[in-house]
Amino acid sequence: MAIEDDVLVIGGGLAGTTAALAAAASAKDARVRLVTYKQSTLRHASGLIDILGYAPGDDANAPLVDPFDALEDLPEGHPYERVGSQAVRDALAFFDDIAGDAYAGGHTDANALVPTHGGTVKPTARYPVSTAEGLASDPRETLLVGFETLPDFDAPLAASHLEAAGAPFEARGVTLSFPGIVRDDAKVTRYAHLLDHDETVSTGSGETGARTALVTAVESYLEDEPRVGFPAVLGDEHADEVRNVLSDELGVDVFEIPMGPPSLPGMRLEERLYDALEDAGVRVTSGVPVVEYETADGDDDRGWRIDHVVVDRHGAEIPHRGDQYVLATGGLVGKGIESDREQVSEPIFNCHVPHAEDRYDWFVDDAFGEQPFAAFGLVPDRELRPLDPNGEPEFENLRAAGSVLGGYDYAAEKSGAGVSLATGYVAGTRAGEEATR
Amino acid sequence: MSNAEQPSDEQPGNDEFEPIQVFPEAEEMDLRPGADDCYKCSTCDTNCPVAKVDDEFPGPKFQGPEQWRLKRQDDHDIDDSVMKCSNCMRCDSACPSEVPLSQMHNTARGEYVEENMSKFSREYVRNRMLANYRSLAPLASMFPRTANFVMGLSITQWLGEKTLGITSERELPEFATETFREWWAKRGGAQVESEDKRIAYFHGCYSNYNTPEVAKALVRVYEHFGYEIVVPEQSCSGTPMFANGMLEDARRAAETNVRELAAAIEDGADVIASCSSCSMSLRQEYPELFDFEGTEDVASNTWDAIEYLRVHEDLRAELEGTSVGEEYDDFAYHAPCHSRNQGLDGQTIAVLDAIDGIDAHDVGDSCSGISGTYGWKEENYETSMKIGEEMFEHMENSNAETGLTECPTCSMQMGHGTGYEIKHTLEVLEAALVGADSDGVEPKRKEE
Repeated sequence: MAIEDDVLVIGGGLAGTTAALAAAASAKDARVRLVTYKQSTLRHASGLIDILGYAPGDDANAPLVDPFDALEDLPEGHPYERVGSQAVRDALAFFDDIAGDAYAGGHTDANALVPTHGGTVKPTARYPVSTAEGLASDPRETLLVGFETLPDFDAPLAASHLEAAGAPFEARGVTLSFPGIVRDDAKVTRYAHLLDHDETVSTGSGETGARTALVTAVESYLEDEPRVGFPAVLGDEHADEVRNVLSDELGVDVFEIPMGPPSLPGMRLEERLYDALEDAGVRVTSGVPVVEYETADGDDDRGWRIDHVVVDRHGAEIPHRGDQYVLATGGLVGKGIESDREQVSEPIFNCHVPHAEDRYDWFVDDAFGEQPFAAFGLVPDRELRPLDPNGEPEFENLRAAGSVLGGYDYAAEKSGAGVSLATGYVAGTRAGEEATR
Repeated sequence: MSNAEQPSDEQPGNDEFEPIQVFPEAEEMDLRPGADDCYKCSTCDTNCPVAKVDDEFPGPKFQGPEQWRLKRQDDHDIDDSVMKCSNCMRCDSACPSEVPLSQMHNTARGEYVEENMSKFSREYVRNRMLANYRSLAPLASMFPRTANFVMGLSITQWLGEKTLGITSERELPEFATETFREWWAKRGGAQVESEDKRIAYFHGCYSNYNTPEVAKALVRVYEHFGYEIVVPEQSCSGTPMFANGMLEDARRAAETNVRELAAAIEDGADVIASCSSCSMSLRQEYPELFDFEGTEDVASNTWDAIEYLRVHEDLRAELEGTSVGEEYDDFAYHAPCHSRNQGLDGQTIAVLDAIDGIDAHDVGDSCSGISGTYGWKEENYETSMKIGEEMFEHMENSNAETGLTECPTCSMQMGHGTGYEIKHTLEVLEAALVGADSDGVEPKRKEE
């Protein structure tokens, strides 16, 4: 027999976890399961929650001050247009509940500007509290600290980039060696663990805890800057505590700068979402892929229903049945959308992905131009059911959320997290309601 | 799972066709497709419990695809850091690109031990002993009381550390006074016969020699559901051998297991394992490393004991309304890495939820740190305990005072770090479905 649930969410990233949580919230008695294969691309993500940083097709390329203002003008077919701007607000409020005091930015509709590891600024709607003291709109002078063994963040370079980008403050960068790290290629988790557990490390002046050793190393470089920014490796499980200790002992505000993959703020967000799933009673099956599906004939002309999907557990095929399904397997990076030389496809349900027949039309020569491939994905109706080439729902009980959807370019718009939240929220809520009706 | 090309002896065509060997026989695994798939996102590195606590360990990305490329040049030996990998295999499920990391680690370790480690070194002898626990266990279990007494002596432990490098911090596991196989023979084997519900039980070494109560629980639970149980001849699953680079030992063990289990499958049985590392080994490592006849067959017909019941029986309905004694009140559950990799981490909590009065609390996703033989080595003991720290903390913060897991060595580490008593999920199911300690209970249903 199959493993039975009311709502089955496929995919464990921001869209999938939001969908599962929304389904559990909209239907209290519903049994909700989330099946996820490889670890989500949240580990590659900055941990910032952006709604819309730049208007699509805007050549002026100025960051949007109020993303909600711009939502009304989005083209037909954009995921935000599908769900409507109220749903975006509801989804953000839903996220704020889950994030609790771990995220800031909820006091205003306006975008915040968060410095990135390259010294640019990113317009974003919500940001981890660890980055809060570093906002680029804050005029206080800033010291950036980088580490010799962490080449992804060059503090002096980032500081000069920030100034060149017009940040309203003076920024200075220094590079130190991180106490306790000898390897040139130490993992970000190693830095975090040293600080989390305040492990004993050897320094020039004897053995001491890693936190104190770091403070001592930074102190001598600090002039009169009231805030210091570090790459985002300041602890994992006990990140708040680490930051507070550093801040107290240095006597200045301490903040983190989001880093490229693999990213601790992304991991911390992932952790928080999975804790929320556990609290909400959502069952999680991870490490195994959904490989195919079986339909049952609909009893009238309502189209096909998915009866169950098959999970491949090292060769054993385990049927999982839900009443409603949400597909949140990601885009080209997360491999929810696949491409080869012939075609672009969605591998589980083989849903329709519109694309030019000639693959030379999938891209344009200008690397920073509007790339068609960036917007490849499923086309949904307003219920977020993927549509076939004739504009009919592929399955009556399948909805899709997150970057498996097409019609938007999250990298150019800076809208990835927002679309995942809004569509995950809507798809999950509808699926929960439908399953328990 | 694996992207690697397996050397294959299969030849197409009919009997008359005699192919001429044009190319030399492929004797080595070609891991290049896997290495090419690595795009250096480093997600594997963030999942590595060893790299997190040990600055000297370069992590799975280096041990796998990078080292594989390096040693294409003949002037590069395998880096000795590969012996610091604990074979938790977390990197496998982390990789978004399906790079066969643990397969690369296993082959690299095998090559390192074969070519760079002296067969007369203390390390080699110690590792070989630990890896081949299965061949020492029969002796100890012949005189279990003496063996337990001798191994419990501090002089023995001191000697173990000084002469062999086996940490004296741990207490060696006790041997049962009666092995599972002895019990099974004494009771006269299967007590349920069935044409269409049949399982072949792969009990593994630990539940045979050390915790036969787990194996007995499996028997009682499966007979309760009307299954005929066969207990084929079997050798060690090979897990400790892979982890120590003893690929030849593992190959011998696997050959026996594949032969016996494939025969049982032929007779209509599915293979069931109660230890998550055993099932992982049969399902993933065998097809990655070996190509005996029937390897794939065994892999795709092997199941975790509880997973099988969930899919083939209405386990939830059967458990609904059952309850267990007070000793099974609250549990701090730890999902072993090798069960996590099989997508089984949420299973135990979901199943036990149906039983009245049980509160099973998941203690989070950290590795226990012992990883089979890894934490027994003197040089790894400290690392092993550092990795386990997070789990110990979470266990102590939960209300429970009993631990729960499906892996024998995780269970040792849980007990070692917290002093808690540790149970196996099958023991809880046994208590709920047939009553605890019900030796010789009549099965409720019998297939005609």
